[in-house]
Amino acid sequence: MRALRWLYLSIFALYLIGPIMVIAAVSLNEKRFMAFPPRGVSLRWYSEIFVASDWFAALTNSLLIALCSATLAVAIALPIAYGAWRHGLRYAKALLAMGVAPFILPPVIMALAFLILFTSMGNLYGNLITVIIAHAIFLLALPLVTISLGLESIDRALIEASQTMGADERTVFRTVILPIAAPFAFAGFAFCFVLSLNEYIIALMTVGATVETLPIKIFNALRYGYTPVIASIAVLFVTVNIVIFALIARFSNLRRILGAME
Amino acid sequence: MGGLARYLTLVPSSVMIGAFFAVPFALILLTSVSTPDDAQDYIYAFDLQHFERFATWFYIERALFSAGLCALIAVLSLLIAFPFTYMLTGFGPRAQNTWLIYILAQLSLSEVLIAFSWQILLSRTAGLANILVWFGLAEKSFSMAPSAGAVLAALVYLAVPFSVLLLFPALSRLDKSLIEAARTLGGSPLRTFFTVVIPVTRPAIISSGVTIFVLTLGAIIVPQVLGRPQHWTLSVLITDQAIFNFNMPFASALAVVLLVLSASVIFAVTKLTGGNKS
Amino acid sequence: MSDLNIDGVSKHFGSVRAVEDVTLSFKSGEMVCFLGPSGCGKTTLLRMIAGLEEPTAGSITLGGKDLTRVPVHERGIGMVFQSFALFPHLSVGENITYAMRIRGASRSDCAARAKELLDMMRLPGVEDRRISQLSGGQRQRVAIARALALSPSVFLLDEPMSALDANLREAMQIELRKLQQELGITTVVVTHDQTEAMTMADQIVVMGRARVLQTGTPMEIYKTPVDRFVAGFIGTSNLLPARMTGADTVETCGVTLRVGTNVDRHKPGDEVLLMTRPEEVFVGHKPTKNSVPGRVTFVRDIGATIEILLDCAGHEVVSVLTPKDWPEVEIGQQVHVDMPEAACSVLAP
Repeated sequence: MRALRWLYLSIFALYLIGPIMVIAAVSLNEKRFMAFPPRGVSLRWYSEIFVASDWFAALTNSLLIALCSATLAVAIALPIAYGAWRHGLRYAKALLAMGVAPFILPPVIMALAFLILFTSMGNLYGNLITVIIAHAIFLLALPLVTISLGLESIDRALIEASQTMGADERTVFRTVILPIAAPFAFAGFAFCFVLSLNEYIIALMTVGATVETLPIKIFNALRYGYTPVIASIAVLFVTVNIVIFALIARFSNLRRILGAME
Repeated sequence: MGGLARYLTLVPSSVMIGAFFAVPFALILLTSVSTPDDAQDYIYAFDLQHFERFATWFYIERALFSAGLCALIAVLSLLIAFPFTYMLTGFGPRAQNTWLIYILAQLSLSEVLIAFSWQILLSRTAGLANILVWFGLAEKSFSMAPSAGAVLAALVYLAVPFSVLLLFPALSRLDKSLIEAARTLGGSPLRTFFTVVIPVTRPAIISSGVTIFVLTLGAIIVPQVLGRPQHWTLSVLITDQAIFNFNMPFASALAVVLLVLSASVIFAVTKLTGGNKS
Repeated sequence: MSDLNIDGVSKHFGSVRAVEDVTLSFKSGEMVCFLGPSGCGKTTLLRMIAGLEEPTAGSITLGGKDLTRVPVHERGIGMVFQSFALFPHLSVGENITYAMRIRGASRSDCAARAKELLDMMRLPGVEDRRISQLSGGQRQRVAIARALALSPSVFLLDEPMSALDANLREAMQIELRKLQQELGITTVVVTHDQTEAMTMADQIVVMGRARVLQTGTPMEIYKTPVDRFVAGFIGTSNLLPARMTGADTVETCGVTLRVGTNVDRHKPGDEVLLMTRPEEVFVGHKPTKNSVPGRVTFVRDIGATIEILLDCAGHEVVSVLTPKDWPEVEIGQQVHVDMPEAACSVLAP
């Protein structure tokens, strides 16, 4: 039984990690050739990301969009989650339900919706701000859920205790609620950041004609000629994702966010 | 803070959600029933011609293919992920965190990159076929994509990390004393798994299946990169209509069909199981 | 100076009446226990004093100042919560000086006060620890120190011992009582534990079904409970159905007994309950001038005391004796249960 367990676990791990390993190997190829096992070992395709100006531009675009949209999403989510939790406002709860909806639907629906909206808004179409807003709305569910979880983890007696010691509403928020909920808000931010960085279809339909994000550039490269740079970018992305989720695990409660009981 | 002030803090968020979720959402519905116009491309009316165009065998077949493919993927990915998730919840906190970090990292990985990695895996030069040659199972290496099998394999790979995370809450909250009780009553580990663990977590399995179904309905790149046009799903057709044919009304009509398809599956299954899950 | 007056206070949550028309008055420096089963309204009453709930009707004054509509953060009270409600994101020292820091007190003042309070709570040098590093008993001390940091005019504690181990509880009860007497601070403790109330309180307020049933010193309540509910809640009691036959006599189990206390509320002919405490009834082989016949059903000798269970006309009576009063009885024997006049009181049935 034990051996069977190990066998299954090994196969599962190989299944999950294997394809990524193959890509990692391909990214080390010395020549402009996608071979596995790699022929020769070099890191030139990694330096290419930062040296080739078009890849570097796509990287900076993606980072900028991810950073801004994650910030915006947290800013939108915070008052809603707070109003629903602290004051039990029905309106806030309705907003919360509405804010989660875009993430549940197939993304192409929201992508098309944004395309129709922004093309009808004239010269705003193609502007970087549109994809920032679109990603913030699409990914709003993540900070909404993590912040709500963080707030629900606060024992209401803590708030009452701080009130009996003379804290008004504002002070309670600043000294009790914010410090406890902040790691969860950070987790929401990080989730948004990662998913925005990797998002393709909404970026394509909002700014695809004017701005190249990394996923768009990769997709175009897939169609019009291969280069091991794509493989090195895939490895870079996996690394960035792992680092960010490890940060969440370090500074927030990953298992709780993912639904485990304490 | 008074009652009014509480609502005032919600104004910016309301405006954002209203302007950038409710309005565009309504625009899709309106555009799907618009009518062609010479001057403005299309004007809002109540014209069902785009839905009539959908109601031909070509598009209905596409919708049925999408639904069937996604249902198959939901089942396969749950089958692969369930035993692992069950074992995962028995690990210590450190091991759990490590696995969860990796699974999240892969889950967040762009569909573009998943499609790319499977393209490499299934290619003639760097792919799995070389392993078959190595074992002497094939004469010489060959390309496994594009094909329906390639689309299926890559989409299952895409869905497995999601399945793990969707099953994780229910399995980690599963009362372990239930299992111990079944073991003391003489059940073997395997028997306990099938007679206790699976029935107890059935609602979570079903709702995870629905979520995977809707999620894979949204896949766009894998069918394009690893499939032939006859393997395209509704999402790909919508993109195609919107980006390459500039036909917003028909793209919207297809989006409404996709919306109705996902919503009705979600609704039907939650109604049937009577459970709700976030 | 800080007399606490509660006048006609009620609290309704929708159709649920949590507290109904409570009027109480306490002198400055008294320690009061609200005692009752869960759901009797005692915690709601405490929360109204704190300002965490607003009364539906009535008023609360402290030292002559009407507090009823004063928001909680302006009341200047100190409160210890059932869960202790210590801030997990702050250190012990930061928890204790929270009230001072949000008022802008200097770092050095805070440090000095934290040290002083921790010394007082006999928990020196733990300022920099995290709350999660403390034991249950230490947490309680920190919670008490935090509530007392600004020398509040009234000190409120909601079930302060419920999170502690049984053996720690008794020591803390005594320590808390000493601390309260030392500081002379008006204190209200909510508890469902009668021993806790008896140990600490100057005044006990027994509550049941949203109302105050009886107020008095621990001894008053023990000796002369007003009804069978209070009698059952404080200590154990023997209750025998009886009928008043005269101004101070009752008939029960076929005999007539004289009753020493609590008789003036009933008139001849009333159906009543004759109440005695186990340690005040004795067992003997001969009838006395105030005894009922009974049969021994069980004897439990636990060294310091001997407990005899008896059946008196179908009702259970317990007698707890010291070994020197041991009457040499056996299970099944017919005996007489001596109920001295002063030990007998009557309650409404």
